[in-house]
Amino acid sequence: MTFSFEVPLLILLILTAAGAILVKDLVPAVFILGSYSFFLALVWACLGAVDVAFVEAVVGAGLATVFFLLTLFRTAQKDTRLYPSSYRGAALIGLPLLGFLILYAANDLPKFGDPASPASVHVSPVYLENSLHDTRTPNVVTSVLMDYRALDTLIETVVIFTAGIACALLLGRSRE
Amino acid sequence: MIHAHDSLIVLMLGRILIPLVQLYGLYVLFFGQYGPGGGFVGGVIFGTSMILSVLIFGHGASYSTMARTVRHGDGVGLLIFAGVGGLCLIGGGEFLNYAALEIPGLDVASRRYLGIVLAQIGVAVDVGVTAISIVFSLSFDHEDGDSHA
Repeated sequence: MTFSFEVPLLILLILTAAGAILVKDLVPAVFILGSYSFFLALVWACLGAVDVAFVEAVVGAGLATVFFLLTLFRTAQKDTRLYPSSYRGAALIGLPLLGFLILYAANDLPKFGDPASPASVHVSPVYLENSLHDTRTPNVVTSVLMDYRALDTLIETVVIFTAGIACALLLGRSRE
Repeated sequence: MIHAHDSLIVLMLGRILIPLVQLYGLYVLFFGQYGPGGGFVGGVIFGTSMILSVLIFGHGASYSTMARTVRHGDGVGLLIFAGVGGLCLIGGGEFLNYAALEIPGLDVASRRYLGIVLAQIGVAVDVGVTAISIVFSLSFDHEDGDSHA
């Protein structure tokens, strides 16, 4: 389908992820991480999840970069390793093993876009068929998020609110 | 404490870009029912425009007045969202069942449409204000800010 687009994008994803880890100076690492988010947004857009791609581009590439940079300006800009390098051998053996297990388990997942997968036969058809009639909202993602699953969205909003409060309590305290 | 940027180019670009970004944020927020976007993204874009004004013109500038004013209002958006749910309870329905909003002259689908719009405004206010509040927490030096600003 869009296979020819996805392979270069995934290679770029792996390259930018490795670059963000390997670069010693943290300011370039933040910008590489932003480009990683942007490539990830392109992958979401290729898969048809335009809303997710939009959020990834705005939050991952835009807002998170600003937060990281402001944090770096108040702390050190060089990468200082906290763990001894003797764990490196264990990581070299353990992480490929974990990756192999995940790939092995991914074999049992339903195929991408499979109409008979459990996610596509339970409540999704009801939302897709009734959204326009029930709520006059052509974008089904919005009507699911804001109407059918509004309580989930409310709790997510509470999570964001809690994050802001915690940041203000921890960082914004005046030294008196 | 962030001060205004030295470069005239950055200052001029900020003056041109910030209103455009705000307009685009509002468009994304209210167009979320017809295309990609919605409350979350619209709120982040609108908040980012105010963060941009803080980063370019500094904390004390008159361009940043809006960001300075709203930064303590984290709970307002949550109150709007939960308040719409509460109004549904008063109308006799379940919590966040927008069909129970007591508005005369509207059929059920229009009430749910209106409920979605109000809830999206709540999410947008909450997310945008939280982003501004985190930026102020990260960059505002109180020892400097309280005595000189």
